[in-house]
Parts: sequence; structure tokens; C-alpha cells
Amino acid sequence: MDEFLQHVLNAIILGGTYALLGIGLTLIFGIMRVVNFTHGELYAFGAYCMYALVMLLGVNFFLALPLAMVLGTALGAIIELLLLNRLRGADIDTTMLVMIGAWIVMQNSEQLIWSGVALSINSPFPADPLVIGPLSVSWTRVYVFVIAFLLICAAYYLINRTTLGKAMRATFQDRDTAALMGVRIDHIYTATFALGSGLAAAAGALLGPVFVVNPTMGDLAASKAFAIVILGGLGNIKGATLGGFILAFVEEIGAGYVSSGYRDAMGFLLIILILLVRPTGLFAQKERVG
Amino acid sequence: MSGQPEAILSVERIAVRFGGLVAISDMTFDVRNGEIVGLIGPNGAGKTTAFNVITGFQRPSSGEVRYRSRAVTGMKPHEIAKLGLVRTFQRTSVFQQRSVFQNVLTGLHCSGRSGLWDTMLQSSREKTCERELENAAHEILGFVGLEQRAGEQAGALPYGEQRLVGIALALAAKPTTLLLDEPVSGMNHSETARAIKLIEKISASGMTILLVEHDMQMVMQVCSRIVVLNYGRIIAEGTPAEIQNNPEVIRAYLGQGKKRA
Amino acid sequence: MSRYLGWLFVAVLASVPLWLTDFYLLHILITTGIFVIAAMSLNLLLGYTGQLSLGHVAFFGIGAYTSALVSLGFDVHVLPEVTVGLAPKPAWFGVLCAIATSALTGYAIGKLSFRLRGAYFVIVSIGFAEVMRLVAVNWVELTQGPMALNNIPALTIGPAAFEISFLRKPAFYLLVLAVGVICYIVIARLVNSRAGRAMIALRENEVLARSLGIDVTRYLVLATMVSAGIAGLAGALYAHYIRIVDPDIFLFIYTVTMVIMVITGGKGTLAGPVVGGMTFGAVPEVLRAMEIQPEAQWIIYGVLMILIVYFLPRGIVPAVQAYFSGAKHEPANTAASAAPKVLQK
Repeated sequence: MDEFLQHVLNAIILGGTYALLGIGLTLIFGIMRVVNFTHGELYAFGAYCMYALVMLLGVNFFLALPLAMVLGTALGAIIELLLLNRLRGADIDTTMLVMIGAWIVMQNSEQLIWSGVALSINSPFPADPLVIGPLSVSWTRVYVFVIAFLLICAAYYLINRTTLGKAMRATFQDRDTAALMGVRIDHIYTATFALGSGLAAAAGALLGPVFVVNPTMGDLAASKAFAIVILGGLGNIKGATLGGFILAFVEEIGAGYVSSGYRDAMGFLLIILILLVRPTGLFAQKERVG
Repeated sequence: MSGQPEAILSVERIAVRFGGLVAISDMTFDVRNGEIVGLIGPNGAGKTTAFNVITGFQRPSSGEVRYRSRAVTGMKPHEIAKLGLVRTFQRTSVFQQRSVFQNVLTGLHCSGRSGLWDTMLQSSREKTCERELENAAHEILGFVGLEQRAGEQAGALPYGEQRLVGIALALAAKPTTLLLDEPVSGMNHSETARAIKLIEKISASGMTILLVEHDMQMVMQVCSRIVVLNYGRIIAEGTPAEIQNNPEVIRAYLGQGKKRA
Repeated sequence: MSRYLGWLFVAVLASVPLWLTDFYLLHILITTGIFVIAAMSLNLLLGYTGQLSLGHVAFFGIGAYTSALVSLGFDVHVLPEVTVGLAPKPAWFGVLCAIATSALTGYAIGKLSFRLRGAYFVIVSIGFAEVMRLVAVNWVELTQGPMALNNIPALTIGPAAFEISFLRKPAFYLLVLAVGVICYIVIARLVNSRAGRAMIALRENEVLARSLGIDVTRYLVLATMVSAGIAGLAGALYAHYIRIVDPDIFLFIYTVTMVIMVITGGKGTLAGPVVGGMTFGAVPEVLRAMEIQPEAQWIIYGVLMILIVYFLPRGIVPAVQAYFSGAKHEPANTAASAAPKVLQK
């Protein structure tokens, strides 16, 4: 029972960052209908920023996170303006190919700059874990969860309470009508991509100190992000949030009780199973995509 | 009811609800063999939904559609088409990127008889069947009057001719009842006249036709019987003359022009 | 005209072992050829039928593993007390099994995938390949996991006395060429037939296709089966050439390579995957010859991809075709066209 509770606790903590990843991607996917292969790379970028800021430049750990996030947002905006802007109206595979190209360039650039060595980021928290009864959790992870939670709330606020968020939701529901109502679709797309990328970078910056930083870390993150988006439905942030936690939960339980080798497959198996039964995802409101 | 030809298509108490929105509340009407029936009604009355239900693209919330005494509600669109109930579309009515000829050949799909092995081995059966299809395609293009456009890209044709290609496509599928979705919408005067001629020609060959249209002049001219839909229900049925004088119909269209509804 | 050019091209290719003495280059041609076959199969699904399948390497890998396992023999416990085993069979039989297994997988995927469209299908297809990779890594009893299946027998055909062995490179090269030509012909015949028209119709405008009586599910499944079978064949060839198969064969990057070949060559054209395959088979080698670091190579690869997509959006082959003739002829591939909004009014 204790073991189970520990898994649940781990899942909750991991789920927060997964949710961040998922929310970012589902916004991009849902609003822009772009298969964003660079999402994982933004995650890695966030982690590398943290490393560079904290370990190389000596920036304060708590300051480095918002900085990394800002940098990630900026990079996302650049990618959107540079690459995707020209491709408005192109078919989905053209955009997909460009995104794949960008992914290849980004990951290999990271490899060139940092080489393949796994890097670790020092956390300012005490090494001894926080112990609550039979459960224990490291302080770093507690911090990660708190920040992730705050960021998720911030994202909700942005989407549901601000004008920008309203414009984004309008674009998601009916792009043409939104344009007719005066929404600057180009700006919304750039903002969406930047925001989604920023969230991915934040997730990477948060998890960088928890795990290690290496150039391929983005791939696994991307695959999980995609899984979460499917679980939750395209463009559905509530779904993505829940999906993040569900995925973390399934992974923890699966790895703990079934087989740890297949841990990363759990996500995929889960989504394949769900999609067989409900082809629109668990929570999706809209009909099939595409 | 005696003395009248049998109903080839019957729509019985069809209702379609999308959540809270009632698109069709209770629709019942017949189409008899050889008729040209026009389904008209103000915008939003549910005409295209009716088409979608009849051809299997939309499941009704309740009710039945019968084609030649056979219940077709709930059947898949391609199964219904194979029974002989074929429709055209108002928008994207053709395969835009393909040539007109390839379009009609595609429409002739279900007439083809050769199998995969024949294709792989390029047997004489395959070659004969392909030639038969090609001949049939030329015939259809000739019938519709588009022979000279055969090699051109369908999407590059003027709109009026594209719609005619759409009709050729439907004819290729060997219908026994043809459902035309706003066949002349967006057409200018001469295109409309050409389309009307074609529709009358198709009817003269024995085809049963059900069409949805907004162009009142066209409907009154072409149709032998008219069914009027408003707020998801049939409010009137009759000959063009009867419909034109029907007070309920006039009320439904009040405020809109005479020619276009 | 283009037919004669095609056969001339094949003849030139066939003559290569006669004058090319550099075995390394021959090796490059062989692996490129295998990838071209895989790309042709992907083109059938992606280009002609319009299915955004990004898990294609799954079929390739399943074919490779099947052929390897059948020709090596295997013995696994399906239950603690129950084992299932197979004695080693001739390599050519392994190849046949590979085609069948991949095609069967394709059948399952085709039937299931129809419920998922667009972006969802893309993700699931990637996920499927990844699951296959993890199975290959973890089911060590069957696949030897990361230790790989080694010493896969070379391909031989014929009774003992008249056996033709494809162990040496020149012979294998000709085999790959022959298989490539056969697959090309099969695909060409398929797409130009009634069934092919149905597949293209399904890509162009699925609703319209259905309204004409075309059973789109059936043709999607058919396209997936044929595509998967050919990919499996390519995988089997790979297994008997390299003679080592490990789980890395399922890596997403190989699907990416095939997708690049198809789309830059020209999806929906017959020559596209061939041109794309040979281009992107050659580019890494050219880069390697220039002594550029592998990471930098990939960066150049990625930039090249993006540039081709921008400047030749429909691919190399249609761009060349458009250059030589007017644009009035039926363009061979297309942008996605919107299906009629059936529930509009």
C-alpha cells in the first residue's frame, strides 16, 4: 500500500510537468493544426538554458527558470515567424516536413554545441528528501510540482480570462469567422506557437535539474506530449491537463507493477487503446480532425 | 392513391436533431418513378440535411428512408449509392485535380468488373474492361456535352461546366434516382439554361430526379411536383401552379424576392 | 517515350556491377536501393492514398525481424510452461513470411486506422513504430534485444546443385534492382487501374468518392496492405544483406528518411520516390566524403529539406515535369482538397 501511495505521489508530481508539455502542444496542434515536431526540442532547449544560466553563468536558480521560459517563448516566436508564416494554407504534410527539418536542425545543433554528454544542473535544495509518513519526495520535485501547478493556472487564466485567450479560442473554433470578426490570425498563430513553446521550455527547465540534460531528451518528451494531446483531445487544455496526470499515473503504475522496460511504451499503448474505442480522444468535443 | 406510379423513394417521419438544434422535425414525402421533384424552402429549412439523410451521410434521430421498398436508413453512403440512389454536391462537386475524363472514369468505378489479379497481370480481361469503361466515359461526356473538355483539369473549368462534370460523375455511377443538390446555384443565365436542358434530357431518358434548389424560376419550369420544407417540416406539396398559389408557402417566403427564395 | 527512358535507366543500372569496382559505392547503391523500395511503398500510402503514415518503418522492421527469425529459427516461452518454436527455414521462405506478416499488420492497421484521421492518425502511426521498437528491445527471448539477431543467413535460391547465392555484393545489387523494378511495376499497374483511381479518389475527396459507391475503407485497407507488404519485403532484403538486425531498425529517423525521399521526390508520382531516394541516398555520402561531422551533416540535411519544401513544394519530379510540358496536363500530385462540408446548412 505504501508503495502504491508512493507511486501515486510520484505520478502527481510528474503529471504536473507532463500537463505543461501537453497544454503547450495541444494549443499549437489545436489552433494551428500543425504537427509540431519541434516541441520536444523546445523542452530540451529549456533544460539547456537552465544549464547555461545556472551552471555556466551563475544565475540564481529561481531567476533562471523565468528567463529560460522567456527564451523559449522567443525561440518559438522566431520559428513561427521564420518558417511557418510562409506556409499558411499549405497542406499538412508540407508543414510537417518543414517541422521535421527544423527538428533535425535543432537537435543536431544542440549535439554540436553541447556534445552528447549528459549534463546535470545543481539544485539549491537540500539533498535529503521531504518525508511525510511512509512517503518521501525530494524538495526539488516539490518545487517542480508547485511551479508547474502555478504555470498551469497561469495558462488557464490566459486562455479563459484575457482578450488574447478569447481570440485564441475563437480562432480554434472557427478560424474564418474569427478573422471576419477582426482577429489578426497571423498574430494569434505566432502568439500560440510562442506560448506553447514557452510552456515546453518551462517543463524542460523544471525537469532539467531533476533528471539529466542531453540532446535527445526532447524526443521522449515530444512523444509523451503527443500522447497527452490525443488523450485529452486537440485544443482541449482541460483534457491535456488531465491527460498529463493520467499518463504519469499509467507510467508509474505500469513501470512499478508490470515492467519498467516498457515504461515509455505505456503512453503509446494507452493512447492506441483509447483511440480504438473513442477515435476522438477521451475528452474531445470536436469531431475528427483533418 | 390508385392510378399513380409507385413511390420509388419514400421519406417517412424523418427527424434530425443536433443536440438542442432541430434541423428536421418531421419530414414525410414520396418521390415516384420518373418524376422530377423539387424540394424547396427558405434558407435553413433543412434541405441539405434532408439530402444527407437520404444518401446516408447523416443518421436521422428517428424515421425511415425507403428506396424501392427497401429500408436504407443507417446504411453506409457507398452502399446506398450502389443501390442506385446517387447525389451530386453543391461545393467541391468534382475531383479538382484530375482531368474531366479521369473524373468520369472514377465515377464509373462500380461498373468495373476486373479484379486485382487481372490488374497485376494485365490480362486481356483487364484491358477489355478498361476499354469498356473508357468507352462508357466518352458516352457520358457526349451525353452531357463536355466531350471537348475531356482532357482538361476539372478544377480549372468555369464553374458552370464544373457542375456539369459533377452531374456526369453522378450519371457514371449508374443511378436509378438522381439527387441534385442545388444544380444551378451560382450559375449565370446561359449556364442555367444549359443545365436545365441537361436535366430535362436526363429525365426524358427515364431517370427519377429529386432536386433541391433556390432558383424558383428553374424549379417551376423543370419540376413536375414540388415539396416545400419549412422549419423542418413539409408544409405543402403539389404541382408548380398549386404551390405558387399556396398561402402557407407564400407566407414562408414572405419578404423574399419572387425569383429567388 | 518515358517508358523507353525508364527501361534505359534500368539497363544502365543493371550494367553497374560490370564497371563499378568500388565495393563501398556498390554498398551505398544497395542500401539506397532498399530504401527506394521502402519509399515507393510509402508513396503508395502517403502519396496516392493520402494517408499521413509516419510509422512506416514499423512494416520495414517487422519484415526484417520476421525474415531473420524464420531463417534463424526461434524458441520462445509464451506461457511459463509453453514454448513456441520454429526450426530454421530457407532464407527465401523467410522473405515470403516477411511479406505476409507485414501485409497482415498492414491489414490490421488499415482496418483500425480508418476511424482516425489527419493528425490523430499521424501520432498513432508514430506510436505504433515506437511500440514495435520497445517490443524488439524488451522481448529479449525472441529478438535478442539490443544484442541483435546476428549471423542471419544469406539469401540463396534454388535446389542445392543449382543454388544461386546472393551473398556477394554484385549479386545482391542485381537482386535489389530486380525487386525494385518488379515493385515499381506492381505499384504502377495498381495506381493506373480502377483500384488506383479509387485510392486517388479517396485521397482527393473522400465524401465524393463514397457518394459514387466507392467503398473507401476497402481501398484504404488494400493500399495499406500492399504498401506494408512491399515495405516488409524491403526489410527482409535488408536483413539478409546486412545480416544483423537490431531494434534500432524501428527508429523514427528511418521513417523520416523515407518521408523525405517521397515528398521531396514528388509524392503521388511514380518516379518521385526513386528520384528522392537516390538524391537522399547520395547526399549523406557526399557530405561524409567532405569530412563533415555527422551532426553538421544532419543539419545540412534538415536545411536542404526545408529549402526543397519551400522552393519545390510538390517535389522534384513534378517540378521537372512542369518545366518540360505546360501545366495543362493533369498534375500528378496535389494539395489536400477540402471535402464538401456535408453538414453545412
